[in-house]
Amino acid sequence: MLDVQKIRKDFPILNRTVNGKPLIYFDNAATSQTPQQVIDVIVDYYSNYNANIHRGVHSLSQEATDAYEQARIKIQKHFNAKQSHEIIFTSGTTHSINLVANGFSSLLKKGDEIIVSALEHHSNIVPWQMLCERTGASLKVIPMNENGELILSDYDALLNEHTKLVFVNHISNALGTINPIEYIIEKAHAVDAAVLVDGAQSCPHLKPDVQALDVDFYVCSAHKICGPTGVGMLYGKEEWLNKLPPYQGGGEMIAEVSFAKTTYAGLPHKFEAGTPNICGGIAFGAALDYMNHIGFKNIAKYENELLDYGTEQLLKIEGLKIYGTAKEKTSVISFNVGTIHPYDIGTILDKMGIAVRTGHHCAQPIMDFYKIPGTIRASFMFYNTKEEIDAFIVALKKAIMMLS
Amino acid sequence: MTIEEVQNEIIEEFAMFEDWEERYQYMIDLGKDLPLIEEKYKTDDNIIKGCQSKVWVHANMQDDKINFTADSDAIITKGIIAILIRAFSNQHPKDILEANTDFIDKIGLKEHLSPTRANGLVSMIKQLKLYAIAYQTQLN
Repeated sequence: MLDVQKIRKDFPILNRTVNGKPLIYFDNAATSQTPQQVIDVIVDYYSNYNANIHRGVHSLSQEATDAYEQARIKIQKHFNAKQSHEIIFTSGTTHSINLVANGFSSLLKKGDEIIVSALEHHSNIVPWQMLCERTGASLKVIPMNENGELILSDYDALLNEHTKLVFVNHISNALGTINPIEYIIEKAHAVDAAVLVDGAQSCPHLKPDVQALDVDFYVCSAHKICGPTGVGMLYGKEEWLNKLPPYQGGGEMIAEVSFAKTTYAGLPHKFEAGTPNICGGIAFGAALDYMNHIGFKNIAKYENELLDYGTEQLLKIEGLKIYGTAKEKTSVISFNVGTIHPYDIGTILDKMGIAVRTGHHCAQPIMDFYKIPGTIRASFMFYNTKEEIDAFIVALKKAIMMLS
Repeated sequence: MTIEEVQNEIIEEFAMFEDWEERYQYMIDLGKDLPLIEEKYKTDDNIIKGCQSKVWVHANMQDDKINFTADSDAIITKGIIAILIRAFSNQHPKDILEANTDFIDKIGLKEHLSPTRANGLVSMIKQLKLYAIAYQTQLN
């Protein structure tokens, strides 16, 4: 069981007011809030052992290096990677995806194919378009149905011996659909294609096991899992990471340098040029500790209750339409009310202290599919409550009244 | 009336309201009275960039004075552009260029003035002033 009142005490930001009203934070799919336990780790780092890592012989450097490498091991264990050097620290999901896309530019040739899903965030479409421009490979798209689910028979038909890489998000940021990645991975492997899964939206809600999934690459950001912004990770199978060339040149990623030739460091340092976000990496580990302490089973169960309750309450409002009604979905509700512009509703809700996301959620192709300019998106985390949903419904009704 | 006089009139109207709700309600009503842009001018060229909602603005000049028409797919945005147009329409390009816009702050819409705000109020003001520059050049 999850004691939400006790949990809420961990998040200082939940005590603040916005425009004179208590904050109701329903923009968790954009970024989650940070518990005191993680804030303390950040303060402790800068107060007590801030130093550059891996190079120093002095004690502070050693302490910082130990803490950073401990965090890598925490992440490895959390995702059940076989080895800690299969975890690469990055600045976040987008950086991780670009690292893989860049690496593949030396592995692809004209005629090769990359498959992406129709449910992707812009950050997941653009790197592949750039990769295709560089290599002459072509981009294929798995279409979705009206419920926001991928059409798997179409996916099967896209796969062939030219398919080199399949890219799909585990959970859609705009609609909350949980994609059947087990199926997608199995089918891709049958034609020897690699699979990269974007876990930005899934990692706050479930605990992926990269070995059980047999996924080749898995990426996520810390800031959606109660950690800080500016840090994330790339998991890659060792054999794949060895195949990819380094992404950026700089310190840390080299073994030996002369003007004639540089040899690169081994994993994971080959991909970690320059001074990393040390404090962020350590806090990322602390955030996973925090979430694991609550327990992902408890989190999923509670968030599902919020999703069901929120959906039920919203559907009572006349003219309200929910986009994304997949059987398997997470605690994200994307909706519109009649012909009212999402921006108008978002603005009025903000005046009442409620934070939701409005717009196309960086997923214009999905909005084009539904022929709408955007949606209002309410996304819940384990620290939200049914009482907050009730207050949100009251505020939403008031907004609708003002705008009709 | 000069731009400043119109702005003062708007400030006085908004001063009557006690809370944000009344202010927003009034802004929504102002949006309904917006001088609407003709459909043929609702082209991509006339869309103001930087808004989460779509805003179209068109300008023409008559007797050395600029008249603006506009539309938006969001009601609040429509209210904001209506307030701007009321202040700037039927004015000489030079006066539009020299006008300041701190009346927006004074009517309690300061939060919309941030350049990072997705509603693009700053882009709207910039666009109206760009029209003024273009017509001013014609007059010179």
